[in-house]
Amino acid sequence: MDIPSGYVRQRKSAEQRRRQPRPDYGGGPTPLFDDTSSPSDPATYQGQQQGQGPFYGGMGGQQILSDPMANMAMQYGSSLATQGKDVMEKHIDRFISISKLKYYFAVDTTYVGKKLMLLLFPYMHSNWSIRYNKEEPVAPRYEINAPDLYIPVMAFVTYILVAGYCLGTQNSFSPELLGMQASSALVWLILEIVVITMAMYILSVATDIKTFDLLAFCGYKYVGMIGVLLGGMLFGSMGYYLALAWCSASMFFFLLRTLRLVILPDASHDMANSGGNKSRTYLVLAIAVLQPIFMCWLTRHLLPSQN
Amino acid sequence: MALGLYSLIEAALLCVNAIAVLNEERFLSKVGWATDTVSGFGEQPGMKSQIINLIRSVRMVMRIPLIIVNTITIVLLLLFG
Repeated sequence: MDIPSGYVRQRKSAEQRRRQPRPDYGGGPTPLFDDTSSPSDPATYQGQQQGQGPFYGGMGGQQILSDPMANMAMQYGSSLATQGKDVMEKHIDRFISISKLKYYFAVDTTYVGKKLMLLLFPYMHSNWSIRYNKEEPVAPRYEINAPDLYIPVMAFVTYILVAGYCLGTQNSFSPELLGMQASSALVWLILEIVVITMAMYILSVATDIKTFDLLAFCGYKYVGMIGVLLGGMLFGSMGYYLALAWCSASMFFFLLRTLRLVILPDASHDMANSGGNKSRTYLVLAIAVLQPIFMCWLTRHLLPSQN
Repeated sequence: MALGLYSLIEAALLCVNAIAVLNEERFLSKVGWATDTVSGFGEQPGMKSQIINLIRSVRMVMRIPLIIVNTITIVLLLLFG
């Protein structure tokens, strides 16, 4: 509870007083999400306004705060926690930039709904380009074509659960199998990202596609896999193959249209790297073809036995 | 195929070991993948020179960490099978 109230508090710090042990730190320039945290603690602790309550308010309030020793201990503990968090953020920031990662999770319900529709039926969508200025990444809630990491993460977890359910209907479920499915799918995903990144390096395709974008695009296939598994369970092996064909075609088309804009240069830049067009086209094709292959591979063994 | 995370780590370690044992003068020159012949400043690096650069940098960078990781892996495999 410390961390969300800290983040939320930073957005409103212009018009509120800050508590002493928590220094301000930099976040994004625009608020990524609305502040819907719980209302403030009615306790009289320094008279803070809303958004700072939950940490102390949740602990049964008045009798703990009135004891000065416990008060000081809590304050000390919270300052330690903040310092530890800052140190950790500084170190983690060297590997994964957390501030950029926040943009990938700034989604809302309409975006998720539209994106899911787009993943399963991309044939009617006409405008695939992303309108944003190049300096600052765009939060997906404002632009439907932007990649996000929320859908892949949720789809991955749902895929594991649906796979467990599939195994349960065949009476071959055990809890270790869930972990094995999860790590197996994760390993294939990591392998895919590593292979694509190395292919991009070796073919010297200098694109501005970031690793997180690639992770997002490769993670969208879990949505298709859930559909395939559901089709296979509900309608037998005929339904499995139909759903596989449909989802593969949709994912292929979606990735082709999306990656074409990201990886292939459009006609407006005539720079010297127009000689790499053939490699880039092959790369886009290869990425798009890999997805149905993985979708088939990762769902095949979960099918009910052919009868 | 039940791949776990440990299998991935082992496979990665074995692959990096394989790249690290490609000796420069005993093997790569004979195949024609020596690094001294591809240091031109052309615009398009080409696939072969990228691979050669990759091999050379992996060998240079990963020498010491590989020793450490290999030792740890050998000890762990001896102890725990």
